[in-house]
Amino acid sequence: MAIDKFITLESPAIPLPIENVDTDQIIPARFLKATTRDGFGENLFRDWRYDKNNNKISNFVLNNSTYTGKILVGGRNFGSGSSREHAAWAIYDYGFKVVVSSFFADIFKNNSLNNGLLPVQVSEGFLSKIYSAIEANPATKLKIDLENQTITLLSSGESEKFDINPYKRTCLMNGYDDIDYLLNMKDKIEAFEKSKA
Amino acid sequence: MSKKTLFDKVWDSHVVSQIEGGPSVVYIDRHLVHEVTSPQAFAGLDKRGIKVARPKQTFATPDHNVPTIDQHLTIRDVLSRSQVETLTKNCENHGVTLFGLNHPWQGVVHVVGPELGITLPGSTMVCGDSHTSTHGAFGAVAFGIGTSEVEMVLATQCIMQPKPKKMLIEVNGKLGKGVTAKDIILYIISKISASGGTGYFIEFAGSAITSLSMEGRMTLCNMSIEMGARGGMIAPDETTFNYVKGREFAPKGTDWDKAVVYWKTLKTDDGAEFDSVIRYDGGDIEPMITYGTNPGMGCKISDTLPDGSEFADNNKTTFLKALKYMDIEPGSKMLGRKIDYVFLGSCTNGRIEDFRTFASFVKGKKKDKDTIVWLVPGSKQVEKQCIEEGIDKILNEAGFELRQPGCSACLAMNDDKVPEGKYAVATSNRNFEGRQGPGSRTFLASPLTAAAAALTGVITDPRELM
Repeated sequence: MAIDKFITLESPAIPLPIENVDTDQIIPARFLKATTRDGFGENLFRDWRYDKNNNKISNFVLNNSTYTGKILVGGRNFGSGSSREHAAWAIYDYGFKVVVSSFFADIFKNNSLNNGLLPVQVSEGFLSKIYSAIEANPATKLKIDLENQTITLLSSGESEKFDINPYKRTCLMNGYDDIDYLLNMKDKIEAFEKSKA
Repeated sequence: MSKKTLFDKVWDSHVVSQIEGGPSVVYIDRHLVHEVTSPQAFAGLDKRGIKVARPKQTFATPDHNVPTIDQHLTIRDVLSRSQVETLTKNCENHGVTLFGLNHPWQGVVHVVGPELGITLPGSTMVCGDSHTSTHGAFGAVAFGIGTSEVEMVLATQCIMQPKPKKMLIEVNGKLGKGVTAKDIILYIISKISASGGTGYFIEFAGSAITSLSMEGRMTLCNMSIEMGARGGMIAPDETTFNYVKGREFAPKGTDWDKAVVYWKTLKTDDGAEFDSVIRYDGGDIEPMITYGTNPGMGCKISDTLPDGSEFADNNKTTFLKALKYMDIEPGSKMLGRKIDYVFLGSCTNGRIEDFRTFASFVKGKKKDKDTIVWLVPGSKQVEKQCIEEGIDKILNEAGFELRQPGCSACLAMNDDKVPEGKYAVATSNRNFEGRQGPGSRTFLASPLTAAAAALTGVITDPRELM
């Protein structure tokens, strides 16, 4: 089961300068009742996007057509809380390929990587620069280069390196699936079990 | 030989392979499964044309979605019913042990694992649920995973994970009156924040921790994830062995004796190094309550809230946003604040001791008439024990009713939803916006504080009624 390959991306970004965006906000629990992976984008940030009468809340950024793009830029501690992978599915299904933040919760980060959604962790300083650049011009583009592990603000040329596990980088760049990798280790796993028995 | 921490000992003994420049391949002894995060994983196996690799090490029970009344009837919510039925079908297809709805062992997955002896010291456990950290109370390396990882473990009985850093949190000293395990963990999270443990696996130690019962230790480890840590663990000791002994899936006879000999080696070596060490004085802890929209936003119940001026810019924005959602004035007090709901239950505080505590507190008193109170046992066994011990009668006399087991109002996937704008004192683990229902407002606290609020209808220091 391959995931989509990721090499580079140039896109404007959507700013969400809120800290501790937890997975209950990304996708509330009442929308976790599906048995497939599809369609979660519809309810991404449901209670921030819509009021209780299902009317769009106009000042929420996803309802503001000024901002578009495949990159979501969130505040510190993005994706905290529940392990629900539905959060990563919802963000990806909505059309994002990258989430930028100054700090990610662990499980969210793993879930994203397992679905071809790239979490890019930047410094607080660089995050502020991104927000300022988008504020000055919402069409400002960011460039993410996975091979070189760089994120660049194309308006100013400013760039920062980001970290990613080399194994995970290879998986994303080639669309490899972890499970295939482990299924090929069957003998080694059985030998491990025997050694413990 | 190099000095090892408890975590190193358990983790290292389960590493099957180390991927060059990548994560470790870690063998998983026990895999717990529930209805919400598994259907897509089973579908993945079906698509690959493979079966669950080790069905005997895999245990399933529906909990997140189940109603907490009339469980003998068909589940009314079509989507919830479909998830529960899908779990049943998947377990049948793959030969996985299922404790289905109405089974005497059904319940919240993190309550069921320990009470059946599925959770063992020195083991590795995962579940598609972040509160899998609960099982660390036994000296297990236990952590929550996403659905792709659930599929990975179903397919191979292994998981790929980078080894986390290690943190020691030591709490020494005698706990004050009315201070429970829940207060200890809320205190710790209020100090280190909702992200202070990210990237770490925690070992809890110190006299205030080792003096806790197994159930208290579970409450503590349960909320490790609420500070961002993947898991938290406590070295197994006689309290642990006494709890595990004789349980359904625990080793028996000579296997037991052998196991205990090994389990006794599971402690951090003198001089072993942690990446971070934090120490707290247990005597400084008081009954705690949260006021904001993440579990780090907590205070001593008698405290006056900050007015915001002491925070730096970002933190101030977060603080004010949370208080606006909660409709609480900065600089105000928590005591005396009116509440509408009380929830006792969840994988954090839905065990028999929590019900004993609640019942002995309200015994001979009367429930506040305006407060809606949901008392939800963590499992069928807890429910049964409540009846056997006469806890249900004490509760009934005080004006309360027991519901049936499930995750219930912790995440409000079933009908147990706190309405918009209403306040709940909850013994669960998350106070996020809308966590207990769209627009709901949650104060996290211990079962004692929940019991006090259930009697008075306002936030009350439980020590005043003890």
